[in-house]
Amino acid sequence: MIEHNLPVLVPLILLLGALSVSVFGSWKRALAFPLALASVAAALVVAVLGVRQTIIVGTVRYYLGGWVAPIGIEYVLDPLSAFMMTVVLTVAVLVFVHARTVVAAELPGRAIPFYSVALLLLTGFSGIVMAGDLFNLYVFLEISSLAGYALIAVGEKPSPVAAFRYLLVGTIGASFYLLGVGFIYIMTGSLNIADLTKILPAVVSEAPVVAGLILMVVGLAIKMALFPLHGWLPDAYTYAPSSSSALIAPIGTKIGAYVLLRILFFTFEPGTVRDTLPVADIILWLSLGGILFGSVMAIAQKELKRMLAYSSVAQIGYIGLGIGLANPLGLVGAVLHVLNHAFMKGGLFLVAGNLRLQIGHSTIPAFDDSLRKAMPWTMAAFALFSLSMIGIPPTAGFFSKWYLVLAGFENSNWIAIVVILASSLLNAVYFFRVLEKVYLRSNKKGEETDIHLPRKEVNFSMLAPTVVLAAGLLVLGVLNAVIVTEIIVLMIPSGL
Amino acid sequence: MAEFFLSYYAYWFIFALTVVGLYGMLVKKNLVKKLIGMTIFQTSVIVFFVASASKWNATIPVIDPEIGADPSGYINPIPHTLMLTAIVVGVATIGLALALLMSIYRRYHTLDEPHLLQRMK
Repeated sequence: MIEHNLPVLVPLILLLGALSVSVFGSWKRALAFPLALASVAAALVVAVLGVRQTIIVGTVRYYLGGWVAPIGIEYVLDPLSAFMMTVVLTVAVLVFVHARTVVAAELPGRAIPFYSVALLLLTGFSGIVMAGDLFNLYVFLEISSLAGYALIAVGEKPSPVAAFRYLLVGTIGASFYLLGVGFIYIMTGSLNIADLTKILPAVVSEAPVVAGLILMVVGLAIKMALFPLHGWLPDAYTYAPSSSSALIAPIGTKIGAYVLLRILFFTFEPGTVRDTLPVADIILWLSLGGILFGSVMAIAQKELKRMLAYSSVAQIGYIGLGIGLANPLGLVGAVLHVLNHAFMKGGLFLVAGNLRLQIGHSTIPAFDDSLRKAMPWTMAAFALFSLSMIGIPPTAGFFSKWYLVLAGFENSNWIAIVVILASSLLNAVYFFRVLEKVYLRSNKKGEETDIHLPRKEVNFSMLAPTVVLAAGLLVLGVLNAVIVTEIIVLMIPSGL
Repeated sequence: MAEFFLSYYAYWFIFALTVVGLYGMLVKKNLVKKLIGMTIFQTSVIVFFVASASKWNATIPVIDPEIGADPSGYINPIPHTLMLTAIVVGVATIGLALALLMSIYRRYHTLDEPHLLQRMK
């Protein structure tokens, strides 16, 4: 029985979790955290079952209210969405475990609304991933965006301004997307993705369909912060509370990339966006620009969280590059990088949260080796995340870059390969700059620093998620061939 | 040429609304005016959907014995239904934006962008 309801269960569990956290939390404050964690964990279990189900029997469809698509609304769980859902929820569970101490310290007395809105954010994400039609996708996109603005706005002093800017830009993106959906609806009379794949080839060269596709791509490029539409991202990630950035940074922009993938390769045909219209090419060149721009800007930053935010712009570029190359290896690289980057960037933001809680700042020039002595585990995890970001085997980061380079070879796109290699060197520059300070620069005051550090290492509930994510990078790196052949190969659409 | 403009006048009006909204968001310095621009922009999308469903010599989509089951006699109800949801999303966005503006005003005592940037330094 549960197999047929899988697609609708994940958003439902998370939505009920969001409601029950605010209801039971206001009754007994201590219930909020366990309830939030339990609902995310339950959703993760369902998502893992979904991956198993899609491997065994293929796509699962759920018709809301028993109305069969395209008349009714359907929720679809195919290999790509099951995979995305599992990645999102795995990171979310770890961030939630980590959040307990951080939220109590950074947002005193506001834990209940925080968990409730965070669950709403995940509801939105799961809805986007499961939605079987373009309009439902828009509604869930806006649910997750609204929750995201709220999560960012409760941070440091300038955070409401950053959130307001993000809101204006995000609404432009969502409205462009909706306008594009309108153009396509006028031409085809359908919103259902499976239905559209049958209708669209006949009308794909008509002007309104082309305009609709372009509007949707522009809107989604804003949502996923594709260069040069990334302006909202650095401020939003820097000023948000540590738990919010650790939740939104690894997942949020990936969901935008997922929708782009869904529209370009699963709604329209891969051949259309590659050959008839140069959409994939444009995304490719913008991504290459973003990779270089983000890496160079990250080198110039003095603040750890800001550096990570600019590096996100570059990492989104890798995913865009995989989409833009529009061949099977590119898709494998993009999807694998979604997984790897979710682990790496989530872990790096957790490290930034640990630093802020323990030493009160994360300004890079102030780092020295007292940090390593005080927090050896956090710093070891940081070093592992850095190696993975640079792309040193056997960490996971190497393998997604490897597939992207192979995809570049297949299209004979030498510039893409040069940019990937150059950006790895730039990554090395900005991560080794931090590692050099933490491991090599001796601190001038000698032993005194140990006195004004309140505690040496962060407590277990914060350390465990950080170390699990770091260890996960090695596991993913070793198992990457299994992940690609067992799961990602199933996602490749026909005609790619 | 004139006929081309006249036959699509609803879409020209919507295009003008979109441009006005974007202008307000990008050029105006006051955050409240930016928000007003955003509202106009969102509304233009909603009007676009509603305009796309309109039809001459057609009635509301409730079966009328005189017209029968002929779909050309009725207006397409789906864009209207979709826009009900889009309006709700829009209202939620504006509500959240106003809450953010309140919190900005409490922290910086201004909603004027040049002043705000000065005080943020």
